[in-house]
Amino acid sequence: MRYNERELLSLARQPAEKAAEVLMRVPKKGSVLKKRLVKLVVNFLFYFRTDEAEPIGALLLEHCKITKEEENVFSISFLEEPERKYRFECDSEEQCQEWIEALKRASYEFMRRSLIFYRNEIQKMTGKDPLEQYGISEEARFQLGTPKQ
Amino acid sequence: MKLNERSLAFYATCDSPADNAGFLYKRGERHTAYHRRWFVLKGNMLFYFEERESREPVGVIVLEGCTVELCDSAEAFAFAIRFGGAKSRTYVLAAESQAAMESWVKSLSRASFDYMRLVVRELEKQLEEMHSGTAGGRGGCQVAPTSWKQKPSGPERSPERLPALPAVLPKENGCAVWNNAPGGDPPLDTCCGGDNSEGSPPTLPPRRRASSSEAGSAGAAVAESPSTFCWLHERYGRAVAQLRKEWLERQPGPRL
Repeated sequence: MRYNERELLSLARQPAEKAAEVLMRVPKKGSVLKKRLVKLVVNFLFYFRTDEAEPIGALLLEHCKITKEEENVFSISFLEEPERKYRFECDSEEQCQEWIEALKRASYEFMRRSLIFYRNEIQKMTGKDPLEQYGISEEARFQLGTPKQ
Repeated sequence: MKLNERSLAFYATCDSPADNAGFLYKRGERHTAYHRRWFVLKGNMLFYFEERESREPVGVIVLEGCTVELCDSAEAFAFAIRFGGAKSRTYVLAAESQAAMESWVKSLSRASFDYMRLVVRELEKQLEEMHSGTAGGRGGCQVAPTSWKQKPSGPERSPERLPALPAVLPKENGCAVWNNAPGGDPPLDTCCGGDNSEGSPPTLPPRRRASSSEAGSAGAAVAESPSTFCWLHERYGRAVAQLRKEWLERQPGPRL
């Protein structure tokens, strides 16, 4: 699949929501745990060799499942292949939990759901659509399907 | 750079609703001929397929950081997706009608994750002000247009803090599934203050500035409990999932 690599590389250089050195294993036959720098930027998780400026790869965090494995360990898998897990070993259980929380919230779809909920709540409380002032009430991506006034 | 292409392809073709979809002409990189492709916009990813029925996209344009402009082109209804870098490619696309062009320009220019995040934070702030603020925050509240920049917490705000949540996360994995069936009830009895009556949304935790830590720095900027948000989101998500289900059932035909 073609993609705009230059822009993705540029994204990888931006300030991260979260970044850390962890041990990572990709779901490939024979692969082993390797020390990696992982960096969460918008809905991508980039992973780098610890001494390199350019990422080895990126995971788009949509339709994925974040699972707590054993102590200090979590995994990322994707809906269509739930047994194929990217494994991450953290330095501490606390760090592990922080990553799980951050990754669960990292998807565009998660944010969309939050937005729709907040919009609805505000509308219920005030009778006004909070998106109107920004001129985006009609945007397809913000629709819930409640009947329009 | 490796990408999780299989998952990307799945995301592109699964039946989660697209934010926009339709035929567009895409100008080639080296040659100026236009090729008609089927485009699907989901979130901040613009996928394009050779045919509408193709099982896998030919490619994807990651839209983060782009600007969308109208184009002066011999081709009618043309517009461009531009990126900031010096050597960045500009994607020139053309729609088949004025209406289609406007629809695409609108949806693409607001497709970024950053934009969505700004809107969410703004609404979050408004909701929080209504809950934790004075009675003046309710009823006929003036939702004055605020700047997108984050403002520091006002001194009059008294954010209510939730008691510590149990360490066990809600049964349902809070994953980013469009059709995620709501899971077990979160442990309501062990958290939240007395004002969390049934039917009203839980009190929002205090807001924090997003951490923009550089690589290597500890994630120390988490002032609010992350598990609070995740739990809250799960609870919120149920209503949304239900409403969405009802809405989908009411739709006459396949949604664009």
